[in-house]
Amino acid sequence: MSSLPQVGAIARRSILRTSRQPASVIPPLIFPMALMAVNAGGLRSSTNLPGFPTTSFLAFAFAVPFIQGALFSTMNAGTDLARDVQTGFINRLSLTALRDWALLTGQLAGVVVLGVFQVIFYLGVGLTAGVRFESGPAGIAVLLVYGAIVSLSFGALGAWLAFRTGSGEAIQALFPVLFVFLFISSMNTPRNLIGVDWFRTAATLNPVSYMIECVRSLIITGWDFQALALGFGFVIALGLICLTLASRALRTRMTRT
Amino acid sequence: MERDNGIEVEGLVREYKKGPRAVDGIDITVAPGEIYGFLGPNGAGKSTTVHVLTTLLPPTSGTARVGGYDVVKDGPKVRGLIGVALQEAALDPLLTGRDHLRLQATLQGVRKDHRAARAEELLHRVGLADAADRKVSGYSGGMKRRLDLALALVHSPRILFLDEPTTGLDPQSRTALWEEVALLRREDGVTVFLTTQYLEEADVLADRVGIIDQGKLVAEGTPAELKAEIGRPSVHAIPHRDEDRPRIAEFLAQFGEPLASTKDVAVRLRSGLGLTDIVRAVDRNGIDVADLELRAPTLDDVFLAKTGRTLEGAAEEVAERPTKRRR
Repeated sequence: MSSLPQVGAIARRSILRTSRQPASVIPPLIFPMALMAVNAGGLRSSTNLPGFPTTSFLAFAFAVPFIQGALFSTMNAGTDLARDVQTGFINRLSLTALRDWALLTGQLAGVVVLGVFQVIFYLGVGLTAGVRFESGPAGIAVLLVYGAIVSLSFGALGAWLAFRTGSGEAIQALFPVLFVFLFISSMNTPRNLIGVDWFRTAATLNPVSYMIECVRSLIITGWDFQALALGFGFVIALGLICLTLASRALRTRMTRT
Repeated sequence: MERDNGIEVEGLVREYKKGPRAVDGIDITVAPGEIYGFLGPNGAGKSTTVHVLTTLLPPTSGTARVGGYDVVKDGPKVRGLIGVALQEAALDPLLTGRDHLRLQATLQGVRKDHRAARAEELLHRVGLADAADRKVSGYSGGMKRRLDLALALVHSPRILFLDEPTTGLDPQSRTALWEEVALLRREDGVTVFLTTQYLEEADVLADRVGIIDQGKLVAEGTPAELKAEIGRPSVHAIPHRDEDRPRIAEFLAQFGEPLASTKDVAVRLRSGLGLTDIVRAVDRNGIDVADLELRAPTLDDVFLAKTGRTLEGAAEEVAERPTKRRR
C-alpha cells in the first residue's frame, strides 16, 4: 500500500485540528505582528546609529515575525503530538498500517501548510505597511520557500520534544526557553552594532541570528548570498538533526512488534 | 495452525521492569467465530494480554498466534487482520465522528472509492449517523464507545479485540453494544476477544470465559460449565432486624457452608437440599426473616471458589496495592 494517502490523511488531520483551535491560529498571527509594531515604534531611533543598514526600522524588524511564528509552530506541533501520546491516540495509529515516517511526514506537512499560511499573512501585513523587498518578487518567492523550511525544521523540533517527553505541559514549559534564543539574537540590532560584548558574542553564536539575517537580507539588502547560505544552512541543519531525533523517539513511542 | 480467525496462546508471560508478572504463563485457545470473555478484576493482566495479542507489547516469553500469524514475527500481518478497541477510547476531541472514520479508513488501506460509503455504513450501524458531523468533544461516553467500535471495524477485521468496552457505560448503552457484538459474530463470523470485569457481560455475551487473576488463568470454560463446577445453589436470607443476623447465620449453617456477605446471610447449600427444605425449617423453628432467596451459582461464585475472593474484593485489593510498572 502506498504511504502517500497516509501522509495526506495525517496532514489533513493536523490542519483540521489547528484550524479548529482559534487559540492555536490567532496568537501566531497576531503576537509577532504586535511585537513588530511595538519595536518598530519604540526602536525607530536605532536607525540613526552609524552603520545601521536601513532607514526603516519596520523593514529591519520585519524579519523577526517569520522566526517567531515558527516558534509558535514548534509549540503547536509539539503539543498536539504530545497530546496524542498522552491520550493513547498514538496507540490507535500504531494499530493501523501507518508507517512511522508517514506519521512524522504527515504531521510536519500539516505544520508546513500552516507555516506557509502564516508567512503569507505576515507578507500581506508587511507589504500593506509599506515594507519593500530589495530582492523583488523573486525574493518574496525565496522567502516563502524559506518559511516552509523553517516551519518544517521547527516543527521537527516540536515533534522530537513531544515524542521524547510525551507531555504537552513539558512542551509549553520549554517554549519560553526557545524564546530566549530569539531575544539573544540580532533581532533588534545588527550584530556589529551590539555594544555589550557578551551579548554580541551570544548573538554571533546563536543560529537564530543567521535565520533572521537571511530573511532580513532579502528585504533590506537584496541578494546577499552569504546571508542566504548561512540562513538556509542553519535551518536545514536544525531540520536534519531534529528529524533524525524525532524519528528515533517516534520509534520508541510507537512500540509494536 | 492454518490461517483462520482463531487465537492460540501458549505459556504467555509479560513482565514489567521492577514490577510483578502482569501475565504469568497463560494458555488460551479461541476458536474462529467464538466470543471469548476474559474476565478478571482491575490489574489482573487482561489489558496487558490484549496489548501483547494486538502487537502493542512484545511478550517476555511464550508464543501467541492471531489469525495464524505470530504476534512477534508477523506484527504487520496481525494488525491487518484485527480490529481493536482499547480500554481508553482514544479519540481526538477536535475531529468529528466522520473525520475519525475517514482517517482510520485511509490508514487501514480501505480503497479511496469505498471510504465514504464504509464510513456512512458504520455510522448507521453504531447509531451515530445524526452525530457524524459533530466534534467528538460533544459526544457522551456511550457515543465515544460506539465510535471506537466503528473505527475498529472500518477495515472489516476477522478478529476483534475489545478491552473493557462497556466500562463506565449506562445500562442502555451497554445492552446496545452487546447486541452489536453478538450481531458481528452472528452475521460476519468475527472472532471476538473481549475483556471485562462485569460478570453479567461475560455471562450474557461470551461463548467461553477465561478467568484471570494476578496474571494467571484460574478457570476456563463455557459460563454454564464453570457454574456447574460450583454446582450447588446458595440461599440468601435478609433479616427483619440486624440483631437477628447471628441467630439466622447459626440456623442456616446446618444446611451448608456460610458465604461472606454484608447485605444478607447466605450459605452454599449441601447437595440434595432445596429452597423448600429451608422454608419448612425456618417456619418450623419460628425464624423471623424478611426475605429468603435461592440463587443459582454465578461467575462470581466461580471466581470466589477459584481464588478465595470475590471479584469486587479482588478489585479493591488491586486498588490498594502500590505498584510501579514500567515497560
